[in-house]
Order: sequence, then structure tokens, then C-alpha cells
Amino acid sequence: MNSCAPWLIIIIKAFLILFVTLTLAAYMVLAERKLLARMQDRYGPNRVGPFGLLQPLADVIKLITKEDILPTQADKFIYLIAPGVVAGTVLLTFAVVPFGAPVKIDGVTVQMPVIDLNVGALYFLAMSSLGVYGVALAGWSSGSKYSLFGGIRGSAQMISYELSMGLALVPAVMLAGSFSLNDIVAAQSRVPFVVYSPLAFAIFLISVAAESRRIPFDLAEAENELVAGYHTEYSGMRFGLFYIGEYVNIIVLSALAVTFYLGGWHGPGPLWLSFFWFFLKAAVIAFFFIWMRATLPRLRYDQLMHLGWKFLVPLSLANVLLTGFLALMFHWRNV
Amino acid sequence: MNALAFYLLSAAAIFSTLMAISRRELIHAVVYLVLSFFSLALIFFMMGAPLIAALEVLIYAGAIMVLFLFIVMMLEMGAAKIPLTPFRKVWGPAVVIAAVIFFSMAILFFGTPQTAVSPMTAFVSPRRFGQALYTKYYLAVEAVSLLLLFALVGALYLGKRDNNP
Amino acid sequence: MSGLLTGLFEAFATTLREMFRKPVTIQYPEEKKPLSARARWRIVLTRDPEGEERCVACYLCSAVCPVSCISMQSADRGDGRRYPEWFRINFGRCILCGMCEEACPTLAIQLTPDYEFCKYKALDMVYEKEDLLIDGTGKDREYNFYKHAGIGVVNPKGKNPDEYGPVDIRSNMP
Repeated sequence: MNSCAPWLIIIIKAFLILFVTLTLAAYMVLAERKLLARMQDRYGPNRVGPFGLLQPLADVIKLITKEDILPTQADKFIYLIAPGVVAGTVLLTFAVVPFGAPVKIDGVTVQMPVIDLNVGALYFLAMSSLGVYGVALAGWSSGSKYSLFGGIRGSAQMISYELSMGLALVPAVMLAGSFSLNDIVAAQSRVPFVVYSPLAFAIFLISVAAESRRIPFDLAEAENELVAGYHTEYSGMRFGLFYIGEYVNIIVLSALAVTFYLGGWHGPGPLWLSFFWFFLKAAVIAFFFIWMRATLPRLRYDQLMHLGWKFLVPLSLANVLLTGFLALMFHWRNV
Repeated sequence: MNALAFYLLSAAAIFSTLMAISRRELIHAVVYLVLSFFSLALIFFMMGAPLIAALEVLIYAGAIMVLFLFIVMMLEMGAAKIPLTPFRKVWGPAVVIAAVIFFSMAILFFGTPQTAVSPMTAFVSPRRFGQALYTKYYLAVEAVSLLLLFALVGALYLGKRDNNP
Repeated sequence: MSGLLTGLFEAFATTLREMFRKPVTIQYPEEKKPLSARARWRIVLTRDPEGEERCVACYLCSAVCPVSCISMQSADRGDGRRYPEWFRINFGRCILCGMCEEACPTLAIQLTPDYEFCKYKALDMVYEKEDLLIDGTGKDREYNFYKHAGIGVVNPKGKNPDEYGPVDIRSNMP
């Protein structure tokens, strides 16, 4: 039993996270629709249940009962797995996020991430780079020109912004002296890293917005040019997977922004409040993404590439140098 | 448990590599190759090299193969029309190289005494890996980075030449 | 650069400010927009003050209708009074232009402010005479066409109320 316990805990944690994340993603959709509506002086969904709270359920039922269409031009095998790649890589990222303080149950200390990888930050980058395949393959396999354009644009965009995203993580890793997200959070117990390196935080937020392919970076699905981009041909729950993937992605990326720069679950009050603090901080970041969607227009393709390669990458490189220099100068960390 | 996972992953790696070199549809070949890299990365992870595993996925599966995919998608190449064994002349050297590799592996397998310690217990932390890279092997790192710089400059030159002939 | 930043700031401030404003949406089934005084929607056939049908089946509304959604069959009641045997308006085609109301010489056909008459089936949008005919007089409560026009030709001439007697053209001297 003793040897089996860690496995059991991991499996329980994985299921809990899956359940909570998917529910949260469904309600993220509702929250976004509500907030977008309010920012446009509308009410948003308020018909299904009190305040429209059952709307996500209605959406899911609708998506499940719709026909799953397979275009004749499609490459069947790849067409069928591509949505899974998008949703799967995003959900897998959640395995390393420490969303609360360690809990002692029956004398056993349970760490909050499913697995505390000592290359957690790299694991996150690896998973987000695998997510490119979902977009590219979905675009290619649909056998439609709109989809192909969307896929090519999406993959080019994600490759470009992965670079600045990775470079924006370097200051956090440098200050914590570890790739492990647990260590990174522990290093921020007093002062969050955003104080040391606000520029890195800003670059991370912008890159993350581009990585999640949302307005203003939604060129891959630009509806007034490409119909719906890489998921034009998808219907039913396969489209739902793309959709859920996008919102899980927002949650994961907000959680990671909190973990890397806003002090993770650290906050005032007793230790059990850590979950609340983490959730609150992540919700603020998620709100920022929704706010940005309501505010900014879509970038043009060349503007996107310009921003990525000629602005964010050099800036984040300079920021790595600057943070390293300051860290050595003022002994921010005993490296 | 570990052994089982190892054999499963190895089988997946070998199978997907075989599929990658035998597919006519280029995109399928790319996808299988990614799968192969992924199972290789998991094997690395199991053997105690998480950094190598992460870099394998990040760089090979995540960056280089995406570029492959990108090019294939851009060129819009259909299934290859050529036969699977295009160059008869290459067979000779290929067999020779395969034989050399096979014999050296056999020598390694049977020549060294069987030790009780499984290689899977060895574990290298990212910190130690980095320290080794920048102290013991710094020359190699510098050489490689210079090489990459040359490649970058070369690419820049090739890209520029079209604009100003 | 500073222009870009202030531009960004203004944009974000605007959306945030709008978020706390009351939405302008009118939530239709519960809240209804007040109709304008002369709003005109569903068509009805009215009766005169004595409770008889006003319609004399003159076909003017049917002729003027730009989408040809009105059709009827005229009949005679025996005493010279005409009436539509059947009267049909296809509201699936009706564009609510009100030209039938303008054309009607007897004020029989009138447009009402009732706009909520959607149906699930297209055929249910076809209204027959019994669906169209109402008990009231509609807009003009006093008007009674036959009072003035008479039914058929009355002998002797000029005995209808408000009617002058026939003019003797021979005596009509200056």
C-alpha cells in the first residue's frame, strides 16, 4: 500500500486537475462572453439558468449532438487526431503547475503539481511547442485553402513567439536558480519576480497572448479573411476540442504567468488560503486577456512578425542581460 | 515497471521511425518522426536525463520538425511518386555501415561484463548538466555557437542577395 | 512610442469604463420597446357600427398590394350588398406597407399595432377571413359606408340619408 500511495495520489491529482480545469474552461467561455458583452454595453448570455450559468452545459450538449463531418478532401488520420493534439498538449501543461501550498494529509506531504519536474519550465515550453502541430496539422489535413492558410499562419506565429516567451522565462529561472516550478515559487516567498524584472513579465504576457492565438493575435483564425482558419472544416465535438483547448490554454498560461512572476500561491494569511491567492491572481491575468480581446484590433501579418522578431526578441535578450547584470550587482540571489 | 515502459517506448520509437522512412505522404512521415522523437525523449527522461528529454522535445520535435512541416505544407508536395528504394547504388555503403554498427553494438553487449547497477538509476540534474557544459565542454559550446553564427550570417547573405543583385 | 502607449492606455480605459455602464440592450420578451403612435403591423377586417362587415369585396386592396398577398372571392348577398365569400391574406408575403388600408374605400381593411404573430409553419401565416374579421369598428367608430352609398339602386332615387334627390337637368337653368 505504501509503495502504491504516491501513484494513487498522482492519479487522484491528475483527475482532479482534469475535472477542475475543464469545468473552469467551460466557465471561462461564459465569463469571456459575459465580460465582452458588458464591455460592449450588452448583457451577454443570460437565458440558460440564473445569470446564464448553465450556458456552458447547453453549449457542450449542442456540440456533442452535432454531426462530426469528415470532408472528402481531408486526410482522415491526421484530421481526426489534430484537435486532440491541441487540447492534449494544453492539458498536459497543467501537470507541472503548483497551484497551492503543499498539503499534509495523514502525515504525507502532498505537493500540488502532479509531478514536480526539475525541468518544469522547459516542459512547459516543450508542450507549447508541440501544440503548434495541432494547428499546423489541422490546417493542412482539412484539405481547404482557408484552413491551410490558417495553419501556416498559426504555426509561423507560434514558432516566432515561442522564442520571446522562452527568453522572457529566463530571468525567472535565473533568479530562482532552477527550472522547477516549485523552486521558482519558493524563491518568490517574499518578493515576486515581477518586481525584479517587470519587463520580462510584460514580454511574457504579450508572447503568451500570441501563443494562445487570441485577438489581437488571432491571425490563424481571422474570421473576416479565413472564415475560421485552421478549424474551418471542423464540427461537433472536434471543433469543441479546439474551443476548449483555447480556453484551457488561457487558464494554463495565466496560471504560469502567476507562477513565474507573481509569486505563485504565496499571499498573506494562513497557508490554506494559498489556493485562493493563486486562483485570484490567475483570474486577474485571465481577465486581462479578455480585456485585451475587447480592446485591441487584430494585427496584420507583417506587423505580427515585426513585433515578434524585431521588437520582443531583441528586447527580451537585452532584458536577460540586464537582469543578469543587476542580479550579480545587487546579490539578488546567491548564485 | 521501468523495464516494461522502456520496452514499450523503444518499440514505439522503432516502429514510428520505420513508418517515418517508409511513408509516401510526407506529412505522415513528419508526424511519425515527431512521434519517434517523443518516445526517444521519454526514454531519455526515464534514464535520468530530464534536461536532454525536454530539449529533445523542445528543439527537435518542437522546432526543427515544425520547420519541416512548414516547408512541406508550403511546397504542397503530394505523395511521392518515386519508388521506395530509389538509389540502388546506395545499398552497398548502407549495408556496410549497418554491419559496422551492428558489430560494434554486439561487441559492446557481449564484451563488457554485466554490472548489477542499472543505468536507469543514474540521474543528472539540469544544474550539473549546465555546469559541465560551461566548464568542461566550453570549447565545444563556443565552437557550436560560432558555427550557428556563421549559418545565421550565411542565411542572411543568401536572403539579401535576391533583393540587391 | 509615447503616442502608442497613451493610445493603448486610452483604449483599455475606454473598455473598462464601458464595462461598468448599464447595457443598452432591450431584453425583448420581458421588456418591450414602446411602439410609435402610427406603428402598423397585423391586418384586420373591421365591421361597421351596426356589426355588419365593412368589406364590399371591391378588390382594390388586392390590386394595389405590391406583393400580391391578398386574395378574395366576391359574392352578392341577394339584396345587392356585396361581401367577400372568402378573404385570404398571406402574411408570409405581406410587407406591411399599408397600401391596402389606403386603397380601401370602406375603411374595412386596417393595420393594427400587434406585431407578435410569428408562427412555426409557413402555412400558418396564411390568414383566412374568420382569422381576419374582428368584432369592432377599428379606427373610425362612426363610419358606415352603406348608410351613405345605399345598397344597390334605391327607388325612388335619392332616398338614402344625406343624399340629394336626382337632378333634373332640364330645370337646371342659370
